[in-house]
Amino acid sequence: MSLKCEVNGVTVELNVPARMTLADFLRHHLGLTGTHVGCEHGICGACTVIVDGAAVRSCLMLAVQAAGAKVVTIEGLSHDDELTPLQAAFKKHHGLQCGFCTPGVLTTLHALLSSEPDADEERIRDVLSGNLCRCTGYIPIVEAAMEARAAYRKESEGKVR
Amino acid sequence: MRTVNTYIGSPVERVEDERFLRGKGQYIDDVKCDGLWHAAFLRSPIGHARITRLDAAAALTMPGVRAVVTAEDMADGIPTIPFRRPNPTIGPYAQPVIAPGKVRYYGEPIAVVLADSPELAEDALAAIEVEFEPLAAVTDWASAKTGAVLLFETTESNIASVFQAEKGDPDKAFQEADFVVRDQFSTQRQTALPMETRGLLAEWDAVGKKLRVSGAAKLPFFNRRTMAKVMNLPEEAVDYIEVDVGGGFGARGEFYPEDFLVAFAARKFGHPVKWVEDRREHLTAIGHSRESLCDVEIALRKDGTLIGLRGEIYVNIGAYVRPNGMTPVRNLAQFMSGPYRIPNIHLLAHGYVTNKTPAGTYRGPGRYESCYFMERLMDLAAAKTGIDRLVLRRRNLVTNEEMPYALAPVLPSDGRADTSLDSGDHRTCFDRCVSEFDWAGKAHLQGRKIDGVYHGLGIACFVEGGASGPSEAARMQVEADGSVSVYAGSSAIGQGLETVLSQIAADALEISMDRIRLYHGSTNYLKEGWGSYGSRATVMGGNAVVDAATKLLERFRSAAAARLGLAPGEVTIADGVARAPDGRSVPLVEVAKDGIASEGKFNNATPTYTFGTAAVHVCVDVETGHVRVLDYLVVDDVGRVINPLTMHGQVMGAAVQGFGAVFSEELAYDAEGTPLFGTLADYVLPLATDYPHIHCVTLENYPSPTNPLGAKGAGEGGIIPVAGAVANAVAAALKSFGVEPRHLPLSPNRIWELVQEAKRLRTVAAE
Repeated sequence: MSLKCEVNGVTVELNVPARMTLADFLRHHLGLTGTHVGCEHGICGACTVIVDGAAVRSCLMLAVQAAGAKVVTIEGLSHDDELTPLQAAFKKHHGLQCGFCTPGVLTTLHALLSSEPDADEERIRDVLSGNLCRCTGYIPIVEAAMEARAAYRKESEGKVR
Repeated sequence: MRTVNTYIGSPVERVEDERFLRGKGQYIDDVKCDGLWHAAFLRSPIGHARITRLDAAAALTMPGVRAVVTAEDMADGIPTIPFRRPNPTIGPYAQPVIAPGKVRYYGEPIAVVLADSPELAEDALAAIEVEFEPLAAVTDWASAKTGAVLLFETTESNIASVFQAEKGDPDKAFQEADFVVRDQFSTQRQTALPMETRGLLAEWDAVGKKLRVSGAAKLPFFNRRTMAKVMNLPEEAVDYIEVDVGGGFGARGEFYPEDFLVAFAARKFGHPVKWVEDRREHLTAIGHSRESLCDVEIALRKDGTLIGLRGEIYVNIGAYVRPNGMTPVRNLAQFMSGPYRIPNIHLLAHGYVTNKTPAGTYRGPGRYESCYFMERLMDLAAAKTGIDRLVLRRRNLVTNEEMPYALAPVLPSDGRADTSLDSGDHRTCFDRCVSEFDWAGKAHLQGRKIDGVYHGLGIACFVEGGASGPSEAARMQVEADGSVSVYAGSSAIGQGLETVLSQIAADALEISMDRIRLYHGSTNYLKEGWGSYGSRATVMGGNAVVDAATKLLERFRSAAAARLGLAPGEVTIADGVARAPDGRSVPLVEVAKDGIASEGKFNNATPTYTFGTAAVHVCVDVETGHVRVLDYLVVDDVGRVINPLTMHGQVMGAAVQGFGAVFSEELAYDAEGTPLFGTLADYVLPLATDYPHIHCVTLENYPSPTNPLGAKGAGEGGIIPVAGAVANAVAAALKSFGVEPRHLPLSPNRIWELVQEAKRLRTVAAE
């Protein structure tokens, strides 16, 4: 089936099998291997990407369902030169160890903090409960998210003006 | 080493984070090559059965299918997986690399399909026709011990090995004891569950007759030897290549059946073969751990002095003895005494086979279980003797004057029969934990019902073995730009190895960290190496790096001295510059063209022993059985902290894994050996909402005398005391009901049932 969508700001148009998941499409057709597949059951959250602004499990979504959508992956949230404030906060607080769940955690938090830059700890933990991390125990992840809020607040104030 | 501005001891942000945070890590499924075939495994859908028919003809006609491998393809016999820790009795229980006409666990590999994509390979699995004749299953100690059904016809027993820990005169101690406390406890079957499933890429070079295996972790050099042996190749013909690894925790990186089968297929068909495990197969294919039960007793004098420990332990190791399958079993026997001074010990630990996934190590193997058993006994002993449980523990903790303190030797020896705690007054962590936790301020809450829930405190003391021997190697090379390449035999499994070894290398070489390039884990970097297991990478790898750096500096000094026309002793080195007394200097970059390099090695067969104490405050809702962790503190002494960030990351992460173990993670089977789990919805890991109140304090008052850095292994200690502390806290909370937790997990069901049972008994007694 033909699929046309926007991935990280670039329009892509490809033929894909109907049964292909969005995760496999991103990883194996577009080479965006930052999106990780941890369970293929929609439980671990490692494959989370942002589709039209919402955090979505790309293992539970078919690639063809993304037709016409704007998809953002961890690669789309990153720059080669500097880490984003969210990424820098993760580094500072040691919010990652093996790094496998990290892209899904970052996309989840980016979606959250973009719409709710004032989210409190409880809200952050609640939203993060859809992402499994086996290494950190979550505490430094939450600390990093709390610190990164300031940058998202600044950004949303900028938009209001 | 530099004494100012050192990297060691500083919370240096991790160098590996730069790629992980951008999604630029290279995990095994991210590695591509041309002409790739993908493997999928047909696995046993039954716990114990004979295979009466296996026909892959239809599968071979499916689109994209290239080949199918079955036991019939192994004309020279089916190899078994060699042991990493051999002992005299386990030989017959080794795992064949593919089911040999009989399956002994749900998930055992029966056939491998090779196809152009993973989906097509998986599609073809359904077209393989297999018929089974089911056999009665053995799933627990009760069904295994009778021997009525034997897993291995050539043996006379389902008990593969019995380890004995023996010290002093235990029978006499128990005769002379004022108090004896005896009970039965158990821990449930679990798995390590790294977030990345396993995967491998095998490439066969038909011209050079060389095999290249990517996706290595944990112990690449041992696995290379193993692969060479089972593939009948010289060791030099096999390379293990490390890529980024999504967590290890003891289970990933051992030599599994799939390791052989993927490589076998690559050689047989002359195509690179990749396999990435899916989560469902992961749950029955990667090693399990922890399923043990015990009947143990301790003997005490009137004043609470421990004088004896004895009993029996039974560990369900699943269908086969895998490379390190007996490690938890022998550890249970050796480490049950933990940090306590117990002069007389007799423990028998039985490792028995059943129709379940074979077991191996998981973080704190045997140590977590035995700490739980011992700490429950300590609380029961406190109740029986009337001595406060803090006083009872403190009285029996070993002190620095007693170091090295010998633990009970374990036989049959797996090469590590004798061991001693290496340093430290164990009361220091205990005292710090009790005061920092404010035990005294919270003690009045114990057993009280406040806002509908019952409060309780628990405490547990532990030791953590680390720095597994025998050796580690490192190599250094000065590069043309003045940077230094460091090649380490240690492997990265997500623990921050690149950062920690770079810190050590930079300090030892007296240069800035950005001039260090660290390469690790692949067998083509070094002639020999060991890897990362048993909390060894920082101590063993770190000291190998120090040795290589010392030698490299001497070579730099000699080369610089020659240029300056001086004797080496007249040259001083600081910040990568060699200086003459008259002020002339030679920077490191200038001698790079001399090919300055060094090889370092650290030999040490003496483990390090981190020690510590954990305290926890819980509240229990007896209506729902739910337990909330209100506060958890662990204090440990690791000898020397290289990086406080990664150090605390290890402790906190391990503690939360421990809470998963205590409350929710369980791999349950039915009586036929069929798993009652299939996804992560059934195997319930801790979530971000579950355990927010965890704190840790890391001390470095007692450096290890075993190594120049003074460091101790510290990656596993965080998990060891959790079950003991929590179960003791639940018992304290539910004291008014007379509930004493014995079996894990402490799920809401179990807590609720314990309360109901206690109420029922009370009613019966009243009548």
